[in-house]
This record gives sequence, structure tokens and C-alpha cells, in this order.
Amino acid sequence: MGHAAGASSPVGVILRTEGLTKRFGGFTALDGVSAGFQAGALTGVIGPNGAGKSTFFNLLTGAFPPSAGRIWWDGQDITGTPQHRYAAMGIAKSFQITNVFPSLTALENVRVAAQALASRYDPWRPRARLAALVDEARALLGTVGLQHRAGAVAGTLAHGEQRALELAMALAARPRLLLLDEPTAGMSPEETRDVMDLILRLAQDRTVILVEHKMRLVMGVCQRLLVLHQGALLAEGTPDEIRGNDEVRRVYLGQRGH
Amino acid sequence: MSGVALPAPGRLRLGAHPALLGSLALLALPWVLPTPALAADVLVWGLYALGFNLVYGALGLLSFGHAALFGGGAYACGIALTRGAPLWAAVGAGLLAGTGIAFVMGLLATRTRGIYFAMVTLALAQCAYFIAYQAAGWTGGENGLRGVNMGAIRLPGLTLDPLDPRVRYYVLAVPAILALFALARILASPFGAAMAAVRENEGRARACGYDVRRVRWQAFTLSGAFTGLAGALYALKLGIVPIDSMDLGTSGLAVIMALLGGSGTFFGPFVGALVFVATETLVSGWTEHWPLAVGALFMACVLFFPRGVWGTLLGRLPRWA
Repeated sequence: MGHAAGASSPVGVILRTEGLTKRFGGFTALDGVSAGFQAGALTGVIGPNGAGKSTFFNLLTGAFPPSAGRIWWDGQDITGTPQHRYAAMGIAKSFQITNVFPSLTALENVRVAAQALASRYDPWRPRARLAALVDEARALLGTVGLQHRAGAVAGTLAHGEQRALELAMALAARPRLLLLDEPTAGMSPEETRDVMDLILRLAQDRTVILVEHKMRLVMGVCQRLLVLHQGALLAEGTPDEIRGNDEVRRVYLGQRGH
Repeated sequence: MSGVALPAPGRLRLGAHPALLGSLALLALPWVLPTPALAADVLVWGLYALGFNLVYGALGLLSFGHAALFGGGAYACGIALTRGAPLWAAVGAGLLAGTGIAFVMGLLATRTRGIYFAMVTLALAQCAYFIAYQAAGWTGGENGLRGVNMGAIRLPGLTLDPLDPRVRYYVLAVPAILALFALARILASPFGAAMAAVRENEGRARACGYDVRRVRWQAFTLSGAFTGLAGALYALKLGIVPIDSMDLGTSGLAVIMALLGGSGTFFGPFVGALVFVATETLVSGWTEHWPLAVGALFMACVLFFPRGVWGTLLGRLPRWA
């Protein structure tokens, strides 16, 4: 099944959707979106409120199955794959709402995320034998600038710190594809700048898909942009192409503040 | 709920070897309590509550059906022993029965969560109760299974007579202590970390790559091993297996003892069992309405000490302890 589609994929496309549709009862949140994401690129998915960005994100990360359409990852049809298999396939995500293990330490949050690759269900081997995971978790906390907070209980961290912790947890899966859903939501301008710098650094080594409401934020950093509007794909291209697109301008009119 | 977790480094070093401390407490118990029979009560119910807490405290799932695992273990041990199996095999049969019943119950119950999980486990345990009730040829039905006698234990150069209550206690304490070490090891394993992750945030655990349903099912099955073992020790302690060992009250007992002692600590459920048995013994001396006292204590605990007796005590310990 994967071979035919893999052969017909344009070179360099790592994730592809085909007629992706999601209905909730009578409401169609996403309507036949066919799009491709290039390997190694930082692609932004933008659109006004209610455009179907979060639905698209949730379908891409396997949070729920599509009503119709297919998803291809690296030449494989992964439509309907249970969400817990995504980490092993090399796909990780960070959530729109802060989502950590609140009463565990920051270090243990990342360690347990990294452990999912090494040992998930072994009830007998002492955890101490997986000491390399602790080193890995410490290194990841360093990557996101939280090395000094390793021992802090995750639930007591500041909002921005929890978002950074989430990124470290997503990275612990050693993903080839990182999906981020509004990673700067609720952040101060300083925190936003730090997180965008971090995302740019992460995008040097892997494919990143950034779902974002704030158009201005993605224009400067993304190589490719996808614009959703009312559940459908409105435009696709480089930031310059998108900036010059009349349809996009019309949709975003009156939202210049973003 | 704070949940069972190994203490953070530097804090509460006392708790770094919970199984060792627990074992010492078990060894001392018959010398602390007025009678060894009372100590055996605490041992059996404590192990039962610890097994239950592997699902409740460590994973955050409230089971109302652990009597099926406990009673199943008790009947399996009793049936094996009355049909001539050696003692070790009868205890093993109890452990395996608890594991097997939990495996099947878990298959059905782990599809649900929250109140639905509690209801499904309750319903399945009621099914088990009526099967045991009807299968009188095996279980003795409502009369219970009688004649579960250990007999003398012959070791090289030593014969133990379990009719001596103190000897009987220490015979029961051997598998219980092994179980404590196994439980501590499970909580300290990668799977222990996975259970904590699922308890803390199911969606996040799934995104990390943990199959949440499998974690729950495996934990429930492991819980069945400890609970079944507790049931086996119960049968040996009592010499009979009453049908009550499988009823709704027994299921509720695990919940009460875990909450009394504190579900968020390793040893809390055991302390809960101690408090429960002590209250029952003291109050039943002057009124048959002793469950009233236990109920009042339980409510006081839930309202004023949500971390339980043991959890509250540990929380007040100085940092260096």
C-alpha cells in the first residue's frame, strides 16, 4: 500500500495528506485538505480563528482519526495508527495547552518521555540501570534552557518554563518530525522571542510543522506556509508568495494586529 | 492525589528502602501487638491493601472489585491444600489465581476509567461472588471452604508447628516480605515510571509513546498477583475460606484501608490496615456496632487528613529523617 503512494510523492515530501476531512456531527471542521510537507523544512500552518488549524494538527498527530482521507508518512500510510505508536515512528508534538506530568520533577518529566523509547512495560529491571536516560534528560533540559530547574516539580514552574519543558519532552522521542501547536500561546514578548529562537535551532536538524495563529510570527521564520480557511486549504507557498496572495489578504483583513 | 512515587533524592532518606523498613515492621509486629493472631490479621489485610494500591495509588484507578482477586486467591489456595497440594504450591496457586482473574477482569475493565472503571470492576466481582456461591462442590458455597490446614512444616533439622500462633505468623510473614520487595522493585522499575506518567497525565503519556490501556491492564494484573497472595495467606491464617472473602464488603475494605493509611505512600495502605484492625479490636470489645467507629474514623481521615495517617506522619517528619 505504501509503495504506490511513496513512488508518486514528490521528492523531499516526508508527510503528505490526501483529501483529509474531519466532521463532528453535522459540522465539517476540515474539508478535503491535500498538502505536502517537505523534509527538513520549517513549515507554518496559519489561518484565522476557526480555520481548522487545531483539527488539522490533531489529525496529523493521530489524536483522532479522520472521517475521510489519508495521511502518508515517509511513504507509509499511517491513517488510523494509534497515537502511542507515533513516538516510535519519529513524530512528536507539543500541545497547545500546557501538558506535563505536574507532580513529577522537570527532570523526571523528560526522563520518562525518553524512557518510552528504551523500556515501557518492564516491571522488574531497576530504573537505575537506565542511567543514560538521566544524562539524556539533563542534556535536553539544557537544550531548552531549563538545566537549573531539573529538580523543580513541574507543576510549580512558570508558564513559559512549562512550555519549554514540553518541548524537551517532545525532543526526548528523538523525532524526525516535530509538530508544534501555538507554542507561544500566552507568552510574553520576551518569552516568545526565546521560544522562536529555540524552534529555529531545532528546525536545523529536523522537519518542523508550526501551527500558529499569529501570522507575523511565522512570516519571518518559516520556509513554507500553508493557509487554512473555513476548513479548506486556501493557499500554499513561500512566505513571499503568501504575502502577495489576494485571497489570503482578504481573509486576514481586519486582523492586521496579529 | 500525590500517588506512590519514590522519594526525590535528598528528601526522606528513610523512605529510600521501603521494603526493608516494611519487612522490619512485619518482623516486629507480633511483639508489638497484644496477640500474634492480631498481627496476622494486620499482615493479611495490609498485603491486600498494598496490592490494591498498586492500581489505586500508583495508577489512579479506583477498583471496587478487588474481592474477586482476594477471594479467588483464598479459594485457590484452600482448594489446593485440601486436595493434598504442598503448602508452597497452594500459596502459589493463590497468587496465580489472583493474577489470572485480574488478567481477565482487566481485559474488560481497562476499556473504561473513573467511575465506570469502579462500576465495571464491582459488577465483575459480583459475578465472581455468585460463581463461588454456586460452585459449592469446590468452594463449600455459603458454608465456606473448611479444613484448610497447613500441617507441620518439616525443614532440615527443624519442624514448625503452625498451630502455635507465633510460628504461624512467621510462616505467613515469609511470602509477605518477599512480596514487599517485589512491590518496591516494580515501583522502581521503568514500568513504575510509566504508571506514574499515566496517573499524572494520560494524554501526555500517550503522546510520549505509552499505550495507556496496556499500562493499566498490566498494572491490574500485577495487582492481582499481590492480592491473590494476600487471599492465600488469609485462607491459611483462618483455616477456612468464608464466602464473605469475595463479597462487596471485602472490596470496600481495600479502599477504606488504603485511604485511612494514605494511598500516596508505599507503606500507607499497610498502616491503614493496622489502624482498621486496631479500631475493630478495641471498639468491638464493648459494642457490636464497631463499624460505626471505623466509619467515623474513615470520614475524619478523608475530611481532615486526605493524605492518610501515614502520609500525614511522613509529611511532618523533619527533612533529615
